Amino acid sequence: MQPEVILKMEGICKSFPGVKALDNVDFTLRKGEIHALMGENGAGKSTLIKILTGVYQKDAGQIYLDGKPVYFRSPEDAQNMGIGTVFQEIALCPNLTVAENMFIGRNRGVFVNWKQMNERAAEMLNSLGIPASPNQELSSCSIAVQQMIAIARAVDMDCRILILDEPTSSLDEDETRKLFALMRELKARGVGIVFITHFLDQVYEISDRITVLRNGKLIGEYPTVDLPQIELVAKMMGKALSDVSTIKKHEPSKSDDSVPVFEAIGLASAAGVKPFNFTIHKGEVNGFAGLLGSGRSESVRAIFAADKVTGGEVKINGQRAKIRMPLDAMKQGIGYLPEDRKSEGIIEELSVRDNIILALQVMKGFFKPLSRKQAEEFANQYVRLLDIKTPSLDTPIKSLSGGNQQKAILARWLLTHPQYLILDEPTRGIDVGTKVEIQKLVLKLAAEGMSLTFISSEIDEMLRVCSRMIVMKDREIVGELNGENLTEQNVMQMIAQGGE
Amino acid sequence: MPKIKKHFDRFSQLVLPLSVLVLLLIINLFKGADYFKITMINGVLYGNIPNILFGASELVILSIGMTLVTAAARGQDISIGELGAISSAIFVQYVLNASEVTIWTILVGFLISCVAGIVLGAFNGILVSFFNVQPMVATLILFLGGRSIAFIIDGKVSPILANPISNQIGTVIPGIPIQTPIILTAVFIAIFAIILKTTNLRLYVEAVGINPNAARLNGINPKKVIFLTFLIMGVCSAVAGFIAVNKAGRHDSVNLLKFIMMDAILAVALGGNSLAGGKFSITGSIIGAYTIEVLNRTLLRLEVNPEAIKAFKAVFIIILMVIASPVVRAYAAKLLDKMKTISGSMRQTKGLNKAVVSMADSSVQKEE
Repeated sequence: MQPEVILKMEGICKSFPGVKALDNVDFTLRKGEIHALMGENGAGKSTLIKILTGVYQKDAGQIYLDGKPVYFRSPEDAQNMGIGTVFQEIALCPNLTVAENMFIGRNRGVFVNWKQMNERAAEMLNSLGIPASPNQELSSCSIAVQQMIAIARAVDMDCRILILDEPTSSLDEDETRKLFALMRELKARGVGIVFITHFLDQVYEISDRITVLRNGKLIGEYPTVDLPQIELVAKMMGKALSDVSTIKKHEPSKSDDSVPVFEAIGLASAAGVKPFNFTIHKGEVNGFAGLLGSGRSESVRAIFAADKVTGGEVKINGQRAKIRMPLDAMKQGIGYLPEDRKSEGIIEELSVRDNIILALQVMKGFFKPLSRKQAEEFANQYVRLLDIKTPSLDTPIKSLSGGNQQKAILARWLLTHPQYLILDEPTRGIDVGTKVEIQKLVLKLAAEGMSLTFISSEIDEMLRVCSRMIVMKDREIVGELNGENLTEQNVMQMIAQGGE
Repeated sequence: MPKIKKHFDRFSQLVLPLSVLVLLLIINLFKGADYFKITMINGVLYGNIPNILFGASELVILSIGMTLVTAAARGQDISIGELGAISSAIFVQYVLNASEVTIWTILVGFLISCVAGIVLGAFNGILVSFFNVQPMVATLILFLGGRSIAFIIDGKVSPILANPISNQIGTVIPGIPIQTPIILTAVFIAIFAIILKTTNLRLYVEAVGINPNAARLNGINPKKVIFLTFLIMGVCSAVAGFIAVNKAGRHDSVNLLKFIMMDAILAVALGGNSLAGGKFSITGSIIGAYTIEVLNRTLLRLEVNPEAIKAFKAVFIIILMVIASPVVRAYAAKLLDKMKTISGSMRQTKGLNKAVVSMADSSVQKEE
């Protein structure tokens, strides 16, 4: 017998300037079901959730609750209709008590019946098996318990649909188990749970059904038991466009005894990646494959010392080197294009010119500013070379399109003539044309002798440019593939199974 | 057209303080046509304009430092008056303890007070950059305690600085027709212009103020940059204190540069700088500082009751800030767009009355 459908979203579309975030997406949630919503970054998961919770307004489509069409104009609307949400960042007040946090903002009227409130809170905590007392200050609870209290708060608002957005990302295994127990308890009560996570194992442990999104499109809905991990990974990463088959991969003519350009031994950082070894040779392009949160970005950040390096040793061209902050790495000829262009790449209000010359300027030093003429020459050179479309060099970079911003950041690093350039998601959120341009550029640079690391959520793209792939899972390197072994099938298998 | 646009972009930040300044000067002209008259008394130029330049010297110097602190630390230093009071107290003590006051005594005393300013600035800077204390909270400490420290250094009196050199620094040097504080301010501005030209101070400060994360990943240490701006602020405070105490002729630790941080912050804001950091215009802040001085003097000249001056000033500032607020700006931009489309369609359909259209265009640009 099919369980009762409580939520149905049909043909949901949502566009942001320049991006179609959701394109005709359907989503169905049944009573007493834990439904995992899966997809890589930018797949449209958060957008879908934000539409469901009334944060965004949909452009097209229809939402049905219990078969009746509903409209959410604000988050309150959604809440009143029984949709509770718990986000990754706990949105509670740490200096209030547990009970206060559970009931804050929900009293009608000015007066509070403290006794009654505490009693009700105790009752709920008890029934859900949450190990906390009502008058305890929230900050004295562990993160997991805080997470549970946030859930309890959502549940108490007569919620029938609970959305958990990455609830386990900051929990350890034991805490996760407690959270899962609570989820199962709610499931037994008939609450429909939407579960978003990037931990594949957890999806298989607890979910009944999986919906996969990619690039704003619905890939499909599957019962968890019918979808092996490897297929899920394939569906999340997907196939990319075929019009780029013209790109020829550059196979470095390396002999194994040559000295690597960069070598890391037992490198570890405060961002929590497990100590790893890594080498890259001259003219090589390698990739770090793995799902979001697998540690691929953390690893390259450790190489550049973007996060605090906590251990390990680094050799540049065979010489031991100390890299403790980004400037050290830059001086050793390493460049790093960060994953998050907006928050770590561009300096929004500064001009295109200043953004391009920034890294070179910093390497030259505080007391040696480039003359305006020199700066303009350098910037112009790369604006032409990379075909950056900007009204002028004085235009603030924030008013360029994403693709052109990314090219400007690329220009910034190319201008420093690095021997090793790390590109973390250089093609994310930019148009197809620019994507291909960047891929071609990477191969051209490698042919000229630069070593590059290329990371992308799209596996096809990485297979196209990388001659060696390092596969990561759960913040650990689980294997390495190259030559004939480097196929989509093998990479996915490795991600899914965690090595041999 | 595009060239004009570019021109306007660069100076649009200065439009507000400049137009306010012009407005105030016009009001003054109405009050008396001889406003710009400059007379020569004993070989020195006097008049309203020299008085404004003279009166605003400390504020101008402080607003330069405040601009940098604001841009990098995304907050303000409220202890600058107290920093000036302490460093000038040290200067006064050094001079008073010297057996003979020569130009070298003054110079050494000044340098010592600058070092004191740097040390105090370092105190604020460490709290803000390394301990991540909010700038206003960090500088609140010296704001509250600074005058007591100055008072203790003074030996619990207000010492009198009665030597001819100090007098000359505070007023005029014989043979030079311009009052000394005006010259010192000009020199200070010139030094600063050279620093901005020969170092990457602007690029570093702006990068840190706009996006400290990205700045860090490009090899800039945001903590050091913020710390540096507080050191510079310390020097600015010491210089301002030096000028103020020489002007006054005695060190009054209670009233010296009292509440000047309010005017300095205001000057930064008037100069079109965002108080939330990022890109900055020192020219704007300097014009803002002079504008505030003109405003003070205008209110006096209009014979506003001295007790009511502050209220008048407050009203004036409220109006200014509302005009400069993003809300009003966005509205103005909308209005402008409408006007442009109207004038554009006029041109298209009729093609006559070119004079009118071009007039409309030029008024549109002016408002830009």
